[in-house]
Amino acid sequence: MSARSRELAGLIVAALLAGIALATVTIARDAEVSASAIAWGALFLALYLVAHVVVRRTVPYADGALLPLTAVLTVFGIVTIYRLDAQDGGRQAVWVAIGVAALCGVLIALRHDYRVLESYRYLFGVAAVGLLLLPSVPGVGERVNGVRLWVSVGPLQFQPGELAKIFLILFLAGYLREKREVIAQGRLKEFGPLVAIWGAAMLVIVQTNDLGSALLNFGIFLAMLYAATGRALFVGAGVVLFLGGATVLYNAIEHVQNRVTIWLHPWTDDRVYCALNGKLEYRQDCASYQLVKSLYSIANGGFGGTGIGEGTFTSVDGTQLIPYLRTDFIFSAIAQELGLVGAAALLLVFMVFVVRGMRVALQARDGFSKLLAAGLTFGFALQTFIIVGGVLRVVPLTGITLPFVSYGGTSIVANFVLLALLLLVSNRANAPR
Amino acid sequence: MNQQIVRLTYVALALVAALVVMTTYWQTWASAGLAARQDNAIRRVHEFSIDRGLIFSFTPRKRLARNRERVVGEKTLFFRRYPYGALAAHVVGYSTVGRSRTGLERSLNDYLTASNGNLSTLVDKALDELHGRPVQGNSVVTTLDLDAQQLANEQLGTNCGAVVALDPRTGKVLVMASSPGFDPNDVEDHYGSIASITANCTPAAPLLNRASAGLFIPGSTFKVITASAALESRKFGPGSRFYDPGYCTVYGKQVHNFADQDGPEVFGTINLVTGLVHSVNSVFCNIGLKLGAKAILDTAKRFGFYERPPLETPADERLASGLYRNGKLFYPRVDANVDAGRMAFGQERMLVTPLQMAMVAGALGYGGRLMEPQVVDRVVAPGGRVVEEQHPTLIRQAVSKRTAHQVAAMMRLVVREGTGTAAQIPGYTVGGKTGTAETGIEGSNTTWFIAFAGKDEEGPPQVAIAVVLQNQSGVGGTTAAPIARAVMQAILQRTENP
Repeated sequence: MSARSRELAGLIVAALLAGIALATVTIARDAEVSASAIAWGALFLALYLVAHVVVRRTVPYADGALLPLTAVLTVFGIVTIYRLDAQDGGRQAVWVAIGVAALCGVLIALRHDYRVLESYRYLFGVAAVGLLLLPSVPGVGERVNGVRLWVSVGPLQFQPGELAKIFLILFLAGYLREKREVIAQGRLKEFGPLVAIWGAAMLVIVQTNDLGSALLNFGIFLAMLYAATGRALFVGAGVVLFLGGATVLYNAIEHVQNRVTIWLHPWTDDRVYCALNGKLEYRQDCASYQLVKSLYSIANGGFGGTGIGEGTFTSVDGTQLIPYLRTDFIFSAIAQELGLVGAAALLLVFMVFVVRGMRVALQARDGFSKLLAAGLTFGFALQTFIIVGGVLRVVPLTGITLPFVSYGGTSIVANFVLLALLLLVSNRANAPR
Repeated sequence: MNQQIVRLTYVALALVAALVVMTTYWQTWASAGLAARQDNAIRRVHEFSIDRGLIFSFTPRKRLARNRERVVGEKTLFFRRYPYGALAAHVVGYSTVGRSRTGLERSLNDYLTASNGNLSTLVDKALDELHGRPVQGNSVVTTLDLDAQQLANEQLGTNCGAVVALDPRTGKVLVMASSPGFDPNDVEDHYGSIASITANCTPAAPLLNRASAGLFIPGSTFKVITASAALESRKFGPGSRFYDPGYCTVYGKQVHNFADQDGPEVFGTINLVTGLVHSVNSVFCNIGLKLGAKAILDTAKRFGFYERPPLETPADERLASGLYRNGKLFYPRVDANVDAGRMAFGQERMLVTPLQMAMVAGALGYGGRLMEPQVVDRVVAPGGRVVEEQHPTLIRQAVSKRTAHQVAAMMRLVVREGTGTAAQIPGYTVGGKTGTAETGIEGSNTTWFIAFAGKDEEGPPQVAIAVVLQNQSGVGGTTAAPIARAVMQAILQRTENP
């Protein structure tokens, strides 16, 4: 069976999943089987069939697993969001459609040779830093929950960080491909960019308070540096630099301290000062209530989960328990309703995606392509780790999105662009010479 | 470059694998611990999505606690209402979101939420869950006599105090009233109105169940225990003679008889029966000095002192009776640690609960048999099937039948011609003992009446009672005895014409 046939079969399976899951939601909500679920499943299949046809025409030799895996991830997202809020579920579906359009657009635009991107590497670098700092520009940026992540232009809002990540990877792939030999020799002056990027990462933290994004981008940078040079020492030096910088920032910025305190001690036995209302409260009722409530949600799922539509997300008085449930905390919603079985399945899909992405990097024939695919895939894995790890109290919680699952247009579209780039690299690697 | 990419793959996979491990940790290992946490709002939603079992009075059969269904968000939740308000609030307790639970609502929570381990309940619950219906809890039928309970509340009025009435033959608690009371419907949203309740004592403590968790100086009611100890010791009989100079000498100091307007009474030479009938302190003081504190305390223990009375209400809403030192129950290592003379007539750091004294009166009336007090008659499944049924349980033979009969006879004399004549009920035989404990503040006595009553002297009594009132200027015989009489009469007449 060819890669494309496998892709088609995978997409049909994903569409079936979507139909069944949506039917489950309507049964749980209205206690009746609704034909609309079948219609939505069919619509979902049609959407991905468009993507499939475009893939078949533009990148016929590309990996056949990536698109179906993406489809499954978006099913998890749409169904969970639809279950929480039908309107937002519809919006998310629209965003996925726009994401598929972006995928097709990128594939069509770059179908001849995506490597032209390499020549624009410095443009991407500058654009990446610009985008990262954009939320801290007065008048454009918006502060949400103490963190500057959003940019609004008129009625439109978007998170530039998602796009910045891809631009940064494009820049690094081009730059490191060019300089990897000289950097590997350890020539001191070539460390300039390394220090510059470290400085940029720190600047981003200071400017936006956005720990997650800084950690993500710096992690991608280190991974790509290692891939390009093979020098573990650089990674070690980078980690030391980052930790050193982070320690200084920890002492200097209250927001960072709070995040770490919440992470280490989410529960207190005594009442402590609560900055939210100025009174003495248990920390679980104050600063760390998001994390703690999310953990309760996950724990409530247990092994098998409560079942789709049966989870508890509102308190006894009807107020929403976990804020940002559709974005940052979507994993705790999934983990409650689908249990360990479902949450592990979701993580397994991420793992398979990572394996396929890295396989693309291994198969690629030129340095730029290898670095690009490895960077995109590692970034994908690291982003998953930072947000889900934050929700699971593995690392301090920082607000970034879960790729393809979280509610949010920018994130969905950016990740479809990431997928398009991976498919382009894969196609070229597998194309008969 | 491929080697590096392979290594990066391992790192990336390890990161996601770590998430699988941690998800497993939270969803299996840590799950139960998190579910049990007080601040877990999900747990609370679960609790309130159960169609909680109802709580009934025994006679007349009324719903003391029922549910009000409300759709909140996407779930149907059940919130408690208490149709009879303050009537049996201390026993039934309350179940709220903000202030947790008390009373039977707390101690029987497992039955009321169908979380008890009985097989039939497990099956019912599993079926409910399978059908997607709200789980229905088991209902509880209490032993309370609602009319007598109502009467007891009315009689207590604005006084601080308590009434406990039980059936000495079965231990079933017929009345458990504590004053001041509170309306459990106010606990959730109008807690301030409960906090501002005032009564004839400070603090008013309306939430406190004085019947089982209120500690009071027993005063002369304790003399029935001293008398029992004296008779059990065989060193004294009902005819033992005492000389009463109006006081008794303890540690070289004179302890006087209870003083009315004319100063301490002086009785001269009297026997034990007269001593109890007229509540002569010096008689019991001398018995105490002769027997020693520990001998009397050991008899008290046989009546249930020094242990929490076994009742279905939460353990911390019941207190043990006995000697208290610095707020803690204590039992003297040697006799010299306690002033046995004063303890013998119910002073000297002796503190008791009305429930305990009702048990004492019941056991003395019922031939020395101390029955386990029970306020729950049975637990019933939603379909009406009985899940659990209580049977009368003998705790122990507290004192010999002979001793019990002799003390009971003296107590009947108390009501016939002694300090307790206000408790006489025409057509019934009543035995009782008054108590007036001085708290050290003038006009602020704790007054008592404990009693049993039945059809005749031969048969077992149908009711035993303890009444306590705080901050009284009068004595037990005039303040507490009439309340005891009214409540007992209501119960006796109901048993006769059910």
